Amino acid sequence: MRSQITALYLQSNNCTMEIRRDVFQAIADPTRRAILSLVALQAMTPGTIAENFSSSRQTISKHIQILSECELLHQTQNGREIFYHLNPEKIKEIDHFIEPFRKMWDEKFNKLEAIMKNYQPKK
Amino acid sequence: MEQKTKIAAENGKQEIVITREFDLPLELLFKAYVESEIVEQWMGTKVLKLENVKHGGWQFETTDPKGNVVFQANGVIHEIIENQKITRTFEMENTPFPAQLEFLEFEKVSDQTSKLTMQIVYKSVEMRDQMLKLPFAQGINMAHNRLQDFVNKLK
Repeated sequence: MRSQITALYLQSNNCTMEIRRDVFQAIADPTRRAILSLVALQAMTPGTIAENFSSSRQTISKHIQILSECELLHQTQNGREIFYHLNPEKIKEIDHFIEPFRKMWDEKFNKLEAIMKNYQPKK
Repeated sequence: MEQKTKIAAENGKQEIVITREFDLPLELLFKAYVESEIVEQWMGTKVLKLENVKHGGWQFETTDPKGNVVFQANGVIHEIIENQKITRTFEMENTPFPAQLEFLEFEKVSDQTSKLTMQIVYKSVEMRDQMLKLPFAQGINMAHNRLQDFVNKLK
């Protein structure tokens, strides 16, 4: 059950559709959760965040971008440097526990619909 | 954008109602519930048994890539009327969750669209709330401890 649901969460990385849903997709990724935990402690520059990971800077930068698009991260400019902060209001939204349940069914039904649209009756 | 899948979960009730409209003729929607190979595809689980008759049984099982069983569920078909309804029980094996009762109603909306209404009745209000929180808990359980602590502080 767990892996099934995780797989559903990981299907999309895109935050441009519905913001509220996407908070859950954002936190489904282990690297993004790790970024959130780092930034929860103190505001950080993208460079400092990337130093905590073995992945490339571009990969981390992509994760930061997704988190920002989902409004889980805020940025402030300090001189030439950009600092990322955690947005506590958005984190609270994760508490709307029914949304992942709805999303789980929604994804299943989307799949059902897609499969049946291509359904060819057996001869 | 209106959500295609809706969940109604009234406070203090031991049931939920899931509704969904499909861009599919009623017959195709119903077929997706009774043909094992199709159920396997959209539910993402193996169908060990699916007897679409009154008093028939069903059994699903999901394994991870290593072959370990990660999910097992079974139940009994109480009533089945083609293109109209399925009444069945659902029980997850090896979990503390008791069986639940499911009433599925299939309706034609137009020639090319249909609607599914799924009413699920749980043993108690508490059980319902726990089941609803399951996907949420699974998302959060994997979260880094520090992040989880942070969320708890905000409550």
